[in-house]
Amino acid sequence: MALNRKIAYIDLDKDEIKVEPIPREWRRKFLGGRGLDAYLLYKHTPRGCDPLGPDNVAIISAGLLVGTLASASARTHVMAKSPLTNLTGSANMGGFFAPEMRWAGFDHLVIRGRAKRPVYLYVHDGEIEIRDAAKLWGVGIYDTQDIIRKELGDEETQILCIGPAGENLVRFANVMTGRKNAAGRTGMGAVLGSKNLKAVACRGTMDIELKYPLEALEYNKEVIDQVISTKVSQIMQRWGTGFIYSVTNTTGLVRTRNFQYNQLPHSEDIECENLDKYSIGLDGCFGCQVHCRHRYVIKEGPYAGTYAQGPEYTSQGAFGAEVGCRSMNTVLVGNHLVNDYGLDTLEVGSMIGWAMELYEKGILTDKDTNGLKLEWGNDEAVLEMVRQMTFREGLGDILAEGPLRAAAKIGPESLPYLIHVKGMSNLHSDERPTPSLALNIAVASRGADHLRGRPAIDLYNLPMKVYEKVYRSPDGYEGPLTNSYSEYEGKPRMVLWQEMVYMAVDCLGVCKYHTVFLSPNHPAFKEFTQLIRLNTGLEFSEMDLWNIANRCYTIERLFNLREGMVRQDDWLPDRYFDEPTKLGLPVARGKSIDREKFKAMLDEYYRLHEWDEEGIPTRELLERLEISDLWPAQN
Amino acid sequence: MPKKMMIVDPERCTGCRLCEQVCSVKHNGVSNPSLARIHVVKWDNEGFYLPMRCQHCRDAPCMRSCPVNALYRDEELDSVRINHDICIGCKMCVSACPFGAMGWNPKQGRVFKCDLCHGDPQCVRFCDMKAVDYVETSKMQASRMREAAENYAELMRKHGR
Repeated sequence: MALNRKIAYIDLDKDEIKVEPIPREWRRKFLGGRGLDAYLLYKHTPRGCDPLGPDNVAIISAGLLVGTLASASARTHVMAKSPLTNLTGSANMGGFFAPEMRWAGFDHLVIRGRAKRPVYLYVHDGEIEIRDAAKLWGVGIYDTQDIIRKELGDEETQILCIGPAGENLVRFANVMTGRKNAAGRTGMGAVLGSKNLKAVACRGTMDIELKYPLEALEYNKEVIDQVISTKVSQIMQRWGTGFIYSVTNTTGLVRTRNFQYNQLPHSEDIECENLDKYSIGLDGCFGCQVHCRHRYVIKEGPYAGTYAQGPEYTSQGAFGAEVGCRSMNTVLVGNHLVNDYGLDTLEVGSMIGWAMELYEKGILTDKDTNGLKLEWGNDEAVLEMVRQMTFREGLGDILAEGPLRAAAKIGPESLPYLIHVKGMSNLHSDERPTPSLALNIAVASRGADHLRGRPAIDLYNLPMKVYEKVYRSPDGYEGPLTNSYSEYEGKPRMVLWQEMVYMAVDCLGVCKYHTVFLSPNHPAFKEFTQLIRLNTGLEFSEMDLWNIANRCYTIERLFNLREGMVRQDDWLPDRYFDEPTKLGLPVARGKSIDREKFKAMLDEYYRLHEWDEEGIPTRELLERLEISDLWPAQN
Repeated sequence: MPKKMMIVDPERCTGCRLCEQVCSVKHNGVSNPSLARIHVVKWDNEGFYLPMRCQHCRDAPCMRSCPVNALYRDEELDSVRINHDICIGCKMCVSACPFGAMGWNPKQGRVFKCDLCHGDPQCVRFCDMKAVDYVETSKMQASRMREAAENYAELMRKHGR
């Protein structure tokens, strides 16, 4: 059964592996994936532990529906205390690793301690081995996977690994599988690096039994047809997520030159249509018909002939607008480098953009950069900084520490230029014209981030009845909603609703492009109840799933509070309030966030969450969610 | 009924392996690609993907290698089928198949292969890209020729004919 997968507790200090079943009670309360990971992280880490010390746990998991007939059920989730924010660390990725881990018999690996020398784990048909990884240390993401497959003599092996950045404890190093699937955010690669854990390899041939296989097959077809019938899916099937850039840049929603502008004019070269010159076809994660990324070959410069995948919308920002570059070749090379080194592309772009503004302002000088001209649009300098961060050379060594630690080293005058929340940089979106999106990044449980609660469909200004249908279910919310993205009213509910639906898909291991993220017509709670029932036999109502998502999100909140987060951390950098946008369409030009209105939004958001005015979940909420034993924290 | 055949177009394949999964669910009621009759062979370092499955050969090595004639041709679908009542499980066909399309299921103690899902191949049904397709033989050639001719036509158009 999809429910008989195991959880393995791996202690790298003692070379010990304990395998246990996953209690049915945990399925009822947390489903699996990110939700159960959040609970495990809370229980298995002592308060205040060093994120890069042996007491932190790295949890690698496959969601409840991974490998079943739920379309795009391919996501691997990685969780630990974040070395970037010292709070919730959490990132997930597509590819083929998670289904392979399930065919190999496991849903969750909980890894603590630190191996004496570099190791990797080999998970196969119910067994786990700790193997020597000495010869893999220092090797890039692509070659690491290649070498492990050859060593194991099995090309079908799926591998998750870190690159040199993770080994060098770059605080925004990621965990990768395949050519481009990245559990990118919050520095999970550094946590694996601190444990001397280079990789996890999986190979499985065990059945995942489905409760109602033929009905699940038919229902999967229905869901796939529903997803690929929407315009946004069809655009992504053709162009990938890069299409978003053309839309948001034209409007004026792209963070440019760190945060100086909200649009990069004359950047046609990095628009998605131009990818066709380099693309050799599209690429799909396991079971997905949206196949939202390209396979491409670099054509110019020292990396000519290199095969890579992507680039996503995020890399167009990181190696384009944020650093003022206008070359598709730079985007393609930068994207390749972060993927092979194992770095979070979002954090990389933000750190370099920030450094460039400091250089422009004279806060960083040629002395700090070793003569490197960190000027806007200097393509070579941007790519050189990626290398320096990975190998911790020169200024790169400072930037590798992430926003707040780097600012502490450079000096307090650098702080106002940082575009971060809770110590994690934002992606290259400019939320000054969009209060709902601004609230989302201010409150997200892992720091500035769009994938925790972004109500992206708010940007479409759809008819009210569409928003009513989405955002009033399943709990019958009766408060305000508005359908203009310039408004403040009704937006806290949208953010909260998205937090719940994203938590639900992260528990299930389903991709966000298969839920209400970029389209209001994609599956949500109602479809999830069916997918779970047909594939696993577990019966949940829509409200059950809502409550589970709420429980899991609340645990992430409790973890953050336990680790020292306060209300002031749910806030935006001053520039959002003080510097109006300069460019873009009228709807996006001259906009800034109103402090008072934003404060009112935050209060409303807390109230809707049943958190008190300091952002602490109320006792009634914790009791209703059956997690009152977690707070006040005992560990 | 017009005759049909399975065709593969690696240029269209995105490597998602949904074909493998739906195949194992349809035939075995479980999700398990190691039981699938189709497998996407991948060269991950080059980004080249090729779905492999039974070719339903006209002069089929599996049929020739079977000592008890358990393999036979289903004339209606023009496919190679297994008669499990006769099969002795010797696995000679597994060795003989030049495409690796014949598998062995240790749990059932049986060989397995593509049966075209009795005329409605699920791999084809679920492949939105039509990297695997099930097409009428009489029309297949013309459509492939048209596709191939596109390049030439494009060239001619460019040069103003």
